[in-house]
Amino acid sequence: MNRVLRLIGWRLLAGAGVLWGAATLSFLVIQFTPGDPAQAIVGGENAAPTPEVIAQVTREYGLDRPWYEQYLSHLGRVLHGDLGTSYRLHEPVTQAIGEQAGATVELALAAAVVALTLSVAVALATARRRRWVRGAASGAELLVASTPSFWLGILLLTVFSFGLRILPATGSHGFRSLILPAFALALPIAGVLGHVLREALEEVLEEPFIVSARTRGLADLTVRLRHALRHALTPLVTMSGYWVGALLGGAVITETLFTRQGIGRLLISAVDAKDLPVVLGVVLLSAGIYVLVNLVVDLLYLVIDPRLREVPAAAGRVVEGAA
Amino acid sequence: MKGIRPGVWLAALVLVLLVAAALAPHLFTGQDPLAVDSARTLQPPSAEHLLGTDENGRDVYSRIVFGTRTSLLLGFGAIAIALVGGGLLGVLAGLGNRFVEGLIMRLSDVGLAFPELLLALVVITVAGGGTWNALVAIGVANIPNYARVVRAQTLSIRRSTYVEAAHALGLSGPRVVLRHVLPNAVKPVLILATIGVGTALVAGSALSFLGLGTPPPEPEWGSMLSTARNFISRAWWYGVFPGAAITLTVISVTVVGRWLRLRSEGRTS
Repeated sequence: MNRVLRLIGWRLLAGAGVLWGAATLSFLVIQFTPGDPAQAIVGGENAAPTPEVIAQVTREYGLDRPWYEQYLSHLGRVLHGDLGTSYRLHEPVTQAIGEQAGATVELALAAAVVALTLSVAVALATARRRRWVRGAASGAELLVASTPSFWLGILLLTVFSFGLRILPATGSHGFRSLILPAFALALPIAGVLGHVLREALEEVLEEPFIVSARTRGLADLTVRLRHALRHALTPLVTMSGYWVGALLGGAVITETLFTRQGIGRLLISAVDAKDLPVVLGVVLLSAGIYVLVNLVVDLLYLVIDPRLREVPAAAGRVVEGAA
Repeated sequence: MKGIRPGVWLAALVLVLLVAAALAPHLFTGQDPLAVDSARTLQPPSAEHLLGTDENGRDVYSRIVFGTRTSLLLGFGAIAIALVGGGLLGVLAGLGNRFVEGLIMRLSDVGLAFPELLLALVVITVAGGGTWNALVAIGVANIPNYARVVRAQTLSIRRSTYVEAAHALGLSGPRVVLRHVLPNAVKPVLILATIGVGTALVAGSALSFLGLGTPPPEPEWGSMLSTARNFISRAWWYGVFPGAAITLTVISVTVVGRWLRLRSEGRTS
């Protein structure tokens, strides 16, 4: 148990380190944006702020103080969850993000469910089957993994919204408006995850403990579901950094394509308007999510793989049914 | 592996054609990608316009052909930046003392915490949009990944017997790095980069799709799709073909990349 606590402690420390680095990076971006930082914060060269606004920004960000004081107060603000004020929306960045977060979380969760269900189902059904079945699955995975979500979304719109007219093309209200964006976001990710999962599953299905389970007379599906899947899930968990990033990045595109509300749309309009506090706020938030997910993953490992909970003495392969 | 061969050949052929189209688009189409024809807007595919026309009556096929250069440039250019930047940092981390290594690795930890597209968006907010800025933005966003891989390679080569032998023979430090460590670290990374070109190309066209990469009059696949989005109900061909070009390119690059990786793994083991 001591070992587990120490592991968690280290992970927390590493996560805090990454967040500190991210906050530092956002400070550097503000400092090194060409020209006056106050001007950059209110919208770059093309913005024409009144002297009062410039004065307010200078005060708020302490731009008249030495850099180390500015840096410390920047870290302090981030630590308190204060990400500055949007100069386009005239409201705190955290509030602007908070208003949009619900729609994005909804989309990301729906897409995660679709991607995981599809990739697990296809991998379970096709791993170590006939050659043509595996070939077809791997071809399909390559195809969807190589398809950018903005094109996939256009194809889905062409067929389901404008061809068959059965699903709405835009909006972010209700379940029906969620279906197409969720699939556009999920399918490319499902392609990558499915590929990894199938390879892992094929490897596991050759392990001696699978043979022993089969000789006990268990049905093929039971062997796959109860014994093989658990082991094959590990690479999926390892890759969560990838697919959380893909979900967040993909949400930016999907929300724009389907004219949905959400953090992604907020981010794009902030980039267009050079609203630096909002852009940095969203980016810091995504770094925070990444750190959190990785922390959860490390804890999940402890649950999935009992060997990690023990003293490193356990060398041989753990036979099924260990926990 | 025998079963894969025809697919790999096909993918390589597609890549050759794409590179040819990027270098000499005139060989593939006689039409001007910028020629506006207001009498023939949003025409479906026909003998005259193989893939139809867009909202300004421009030929979609020739716009796709002429867009190849920008799209390939984005993919290959961004990965070149990531390779050079990540390569330098990775070798430095692999050969440097604990402080240098720790610093570079922690920096790359921070970099990895940002999704590629979001990091690129920060660069564009500060530096502005356009093809070149998009290229640099995606390249920079990819540096941490390559730095990690190159460092791991460098570390394993540094401890290998042939580097020890080179040192024992009295070769100078920089010479060992240039002649023995670098070339051996580069090969596996180049294979990784082949597959990375596909992802970078998608990211580049995504930026154009969002209106932050290549600006509209110039033909580029992502920005074509961005406009096509407004005409989905009237012109399916406009939204279908430019995207098909992206997917076809990514598949070809990935297939060739995977084949290279399999081949190199077969050789080393």
